[in-house]
Amino acid sequence: MDTSPPEPQLTTLYQELILDHYRRPRNKGTLEQATHTVSLNNPLCGDEIDLQLRVDGDVIKDARFIGRGCSISQAAASMMTQLLKDKSIPQALALADRMSAMMHGDLSAARDKSLGDLRALAGVSKFPVRIKCALLPWNALTDAVKT
Amino acid sequence: MLDVARIRADFPLLGQPENGRRLVYLDNAATTQKPQAVLDAVAEYYRTTNANVHRGAYDLAIRATEAYETARAKVAAFVNAWAPEGVVFTRGTTEAINLVAGAYGRANVRAGDSVVVTAMDHHSNLVPWQLLCQEKGATLRMVEITEDGRIDLSDFGRALERRPKIVAFPYVSNALGTVNPVAQLAKLAHAGGAVVVVDGAQSTPHLKVDVRAIECDFYALSGHKMLGPMGSGALVAKPELLEAMPPYHGGGEMISRVWDDHSTYNKIPHKFEAGTPNVEAAVGLAAAIAYLERVGPERIADHERALAAAAIDKLVQIEGVTVYGPRDHRAGVVSFTYGDIHPHDIATILDQDGICIRAGHHCAQPLMRRLNVAATARASFYLYNGLDEVDALVGSLVKAGALFGYVPA
Repeated sequence: MDTSPPEPQLTTLYQELILDHYRRPRNKGTLEQATHTVSLNNPLCGDEIDLQLRVDGDVIKDARFIGRGCSISQAAASMMTQLLKDKSIPQALALADRMSAMMHGDLSAARDKSLGDLRALAGVSKFPVRIKCALLPWNALTDAVKT
Repeated sequence: MLDVARIRADFPLLGQPENGRRLVYLDNAATTQKPQAVLDAVAEYYRTTNANVHRGAYDLAIRATEAYETARAKVAAFVNAWAPEGVVFTRGTTEAINLVAGAYGRANVRAGDSVVVTAMDHHSNLVPWQLLCQEKGATLRMVEITEDGRIDLSDFGRALERRPKIVAFPYVSNALGTVNPVAQLAKLAHAGGAVVVVDGAQSTPHLKVDVRAIECDFYALSGHKMLGPMGSGALVAKPELLEAMPPYHGGGEMISRVWDDHSTYNKIPHKFEAGTPNVEAAVGLAAAIAYLERVGPERIADHERALAAAAIDKLVQIEGVTVYGPRDHRAGVVSFTYGDIHPHDIATILDQDGICIRAGHHCAQPLMRRLNVAATARASFYLYNGLDEVDALVGSLVKAGALFGYVPA
């Protein structure tokens, strides 16, 4: 059996931080007093996310999610909920734009500290079919705050 | 085992590297690659024979019609159809089943009736029946599967107690590889007074199929899963059933005489082939059948069984791997999961090694719910796959295991 070390490209995709968020998701669960709830799934691959927000005025006070899917979609959801707390809705939407830019290969976005742990997902941009996985929770976020 | 090197030489796409590696194509349950003979047959048809069929007064159109009808006879002989006119060309299995539901079903199923499907059916042999039952106020009854992925025969018997009008099931499960006892199921369903619809998408390419021995009433197949072109396929049916059915689509070709407010219809199978047919698909499918016949359906089935058995033997030795479906009575489809590594992550990692597998619900969401998984990874073999590709699959999975911390890197 071939037990040689994994390809460099794959180790960029599956960084330890991503696997850590996949296996120990932050903010997984339901919110008692959610003001915004949205469910999204990707019918093609079956990835699912239920995102809940507690918004006070213009500020996201708390964010939780329940989800099922690949390491990329679930880690992205975990990282996103970490980042959203105490952000205003315009700030959150700006982050969604930065995340989308990073997924489409924008190197300045990949260095943007405001994206926090999500920068570990920069390698996903090299795997076009997986970009939708990383953006699933962000699409849920934009749906949630726009409805 | 078949002489894989010799067979692969017939398939131009298989010689093309993928991600810099030799292509290991293990997604044959989704679609198959095409031999040069099929590509040539399609090109040759357009180069020498193309005209609209069944309406030309000139020799070229007569030759085109001959090519189309010869292809129909080829399909009929390949599955031992009741008659060539019992073969209706369709875009594939999905359209064939929709035709049965839309024409036979709408004419024969009434409020309060029941239609039976199984929990291992592909969405294409489920959703058309859901639509029919919703329209008619009929009940759709889904037969359960056993723990090892077979149709639960006692539940099948219970479902027949309601004397359903239609009983539909797959010959081979696309998600589990289970080969169902179709002749036995058809016999039971007929004894219960039902008409039997067999989804043959995964059996026709891989087994020796005899629809008269199965004694079903309708049999659906897809050409692209058996080396033929995309958009080729057929409904194989008992001619007397087709005769009695109302048309499915309206248009040219399917009519006999057309008046201002009504029409009379053409004889079968043309009654069900409205509009200009996909002649290149039919011609390509006939070439694919000729190729499969040269190799021999029984030898292909043996070859795939050996590959699946070797794959299962090696996969179950990897700690954390679960293989779904029965151990025997199975075709060359191997569905598995590996610990908490999501099937899409497995597919991405394997793709880097040039290995193509399917990850997802395999258009069988009710089945996935019963297996208690959201998705599985699926390797499916064909006549051009070899044991070295089983090794490549296993080696690459070990790499996935290393990335996710299951085995030391």
